[in-house]
Amino acid sequence: MADNAWIIPALPLASFFVILFLGKRMPGKGAYVGIAAIAASLVVAIGIVIQVVSHSGDTPFVRERAYDLVNFGAGHWTLGMKIDGLAAFMLLVVCTVSLLVQIYSTGYMHGDKRYTFFFAILSLFTTGMLIVTVADNLLLMLVGWEIMGVCSYFLIGHYWEEEPNSNAAIKAFLTTRVGDVGFMLGVITLYWGAGSFKFTDIIEKAEAHQITSGMIVAGTLLIFCGAIGKSAQFPLHTWLPDAMAGPTPVSALIHAATMVASGIYLVARLYPVFELSSAALNLMGVLAAITMVGAACMALVQDDIKKVLAYSTVSQLAYMTGALSVGGYTAGFFHLFTHAAFKGLLFLGAGSVIHAVGTNNMSEMGGLRKYMPRTHLTYLIGCLALAGFPLFAAFWSKDEILFDAWNAAHWGTAEEGVLTNPGVGKLVFVAAVVTALMTAFYTTRMYCLTFRGKYRGTAHPHESPLSITGPLMVLAVPAALAGFLNSPWTTTAHSNFGSWIRFGGAPHAAHLDPTMVVFSVVTGLTGIAVGYLVYGAGMPSRDPTLNMGFATTLFENRFYVDAFYLRAIVRPVRVQVAAASYWINQNILDAPPNLAAKGGVVAGELAYSFDQNAIDGVVNGSGRVASIFGRGLRLLQNGNVQAYATGMFAGVVALAVIFAAR
Amino acid sequence: MHLVYPLALASLLFSIGMYGVLARRNAVLVLMSIEIMLNAVNINFVAFNAYWQDNLLQGQIFALFVITVAAAEVGVGLAIVLLIFRNRESIDIDALHELGDSAAPPRALTTTRPDAEPQLEHRG
Repeated sequence: MADNAWIIPALPLASFFVILFLGKRMPGKGAYVGIAAIAASLVVAIGIVIQVVSHSGDTPFVRERAYDLVNFGAGHWTLGMKIDGLAAFMLLVVCTVSLLVQIYSTGYMHGDKRYTFFFAILSLFTTGMLIVTVADNLLLMLVGWEIMGVCSYFLIGHYWEEEPNSNAAIKAFLTTRVGDVGFMLGVITLYWGAGSFKFTDIIEKAEAHQITSGMIVAGTLLIFCGAIGKSAQFPLHTWLPDAMAGPTPVSALIHAATMVASGIYLVARLYPVFELSSAALNLMGVLAAITMVGAACMALVQDDIKKVLAYSTVSQLAYMTGALSVGGYTAGFFHLFTHAAFKGLLFLGAGSVIHAVGTNNMSEMGGLRKYMPRTHLTYLIGCLALAGFPLFAAFWSKDEILFDAWNAAHWGTAEEGVLTNPGVGKLVFVAAVVTALMTAFYTTRMYCLTFRGKYRGTAHPHESPLSITGPLMVLAVPAALAGFLNSPWTTTAHSNFGSWIRFGGAPHAAHLDPTMVVFSVVTGLTGIAVGYLVYGAGMPSRDPTLNMGFATTLFENRFYVDAFYLRAIVRPVRVQVAAASYWINQNILDAPPNLAAKGGVVAGELAYSFDQNAIDGVVNGSGRVASIFGRGLRLLQNGNVQAYATGMFAGVVALAVIFAAR
Repeated sequence: MHLVYPLALASLLFSIGMYGVLARRNAVLVLMSIEIMLNAVNINFVAFNAYWQDNLLQGQIFALFVITVAAAEVGVGLAIVLLIFRNRESIDIDALHELGDSAAPPRALTTTRPDAEPQLEHRG
């Protein structure tokens, strides 16, 4: 299976073209093609995961396959795939979420006027993400990365008729582009250092100290820029909440479960190199701490249910980054894995709610538990998973992260021997605890405002169709149970998550530190309890999060980061740079084309008169001559057969005379 | 016998035939004139066969072919003449000039109504 992993991205790519060109004429308007393709990919992905899980031995599971792309002179670039445990689980996540989102979309997007195009782009997006996942080199990864970028743009701007939506699409595209520039420079730097784009070569050379440490630090920092952009970390986090302008299934697929996780995946893919660069790790830790707390603060005051989830996503992504920064490779990726399940579930559930009540605002919801029992139950599971309720998915992964951060804070080294500054470890630990508390609180707030109390809106809520609730029920299973893959009960050498995704060294076993577990349970339950006390009966008359004075203003204005970008970057660019470029464009760049155009006009006039008089003269003249001859010749065709015969005989006689005379 | 006698006979017959083809108006007579011309040619074939003393008798065999073809041709030709007569009650070749340029001299079609009966011309 793993040797033929190229099938996985190839199928959605084929389905993209089929839907794009033939979709409108197919049954189901192309949706079934996309669903069938991704379902087949999922089967292959499951096969690969089984292969990884059943692999036993001291060396980790790796299958590599590469084909020559360029092979001349100093350049020998290959194009290939690298399937290891990390990639296998990422494939599983992407294919599962994509399949469920596509099934969900057949219900959610029903009757949309760009229905077919929507499915085509979903397929293309999945292709991009799968290319990123299987790529064995940075170049191919960059290709998939950019495919995702452009698909994200299309999907955020799906309802482009309204200006805020198309602005959000442009914002997302340009903001991630800032990070992408860093990513690209990082790719070049690492190629410069290692002489290869392949992960395996780069890691090998870096570990053998064949790349100078300056080069490694520069390369990892620049690559991390790409991750900051794509995974919406501070200071490039501003695009993700705005990206909620897209349809909800898109938010679930792209802006919660897969694309935003690709930044984390990128860092995990190159983790052995990052381990050698403590500067990059420290920066990651600091940014992650800022992001996770800041985003959680902003999530507290949102009224839009999707915005709560968006800020929560930013915050949880920062958890993953934080885990990676303190050496928690397993913990970070495990959190990505569980987060994809429960955040996908929450977004799809929010979509179901929005579908039912026709608004995003939680102030117009409430009491929906009576009207939407299936959505309510699955959403509750998602909320418990996000809040870190014991035994649910995020409980295990968050616990892992807290444990790793604690270790890093104390010893300055974490499990895989990464050197992180103890100060940064402490910062990440404190931020993670604060965030866990706030996460539990705002999750409870969101749940209660939506499902508890009395209905405050004016619509008539109803349960969504099976195409919408079905994916919810499927996703509820991993949201509840995925954590057990890396729980203390799976500590045997080859049967836990850590040993499946390890890239070297000894299999990593999950930890169960009793103090930490108690601490984490208390934190989570406190947040949930406080939230339930305040919001359990529905919307309180004075929402405490909206009455915190200065803090509320700060949170609601997103810490003024957006405003700062608008003042410091967007407006100057628009006013001065844009005006300057306009002037340069009009007066300097356009001068040669204008001159050429003027020359063209003169030449055209000359050509016109030449054409009219000389060329047409010849053409008309030939016509006139032909008509004169014709007028003469028609006299001969008088219809008298004997006259023709006379002519014929005369001709024969003439020929006979000519031949006789010779 | 000197070759000049049959050749002179053949030339005479050919000229008579050509005159008939070019000058007669009656289609049957034109067909007969064509027969005369073909027979003039046959005389040439036979005469030259005798003159060259060709053991393969190519001239005579060719004359036989010409006779056969001529018979077929007369069959087709008389059938056409018959049909023309049935349609027009006339076999005057001069009257058959519908394929000519209507504006061309010397004979212009004066009255052609699409739905009218075919124009009949009776000449002597």
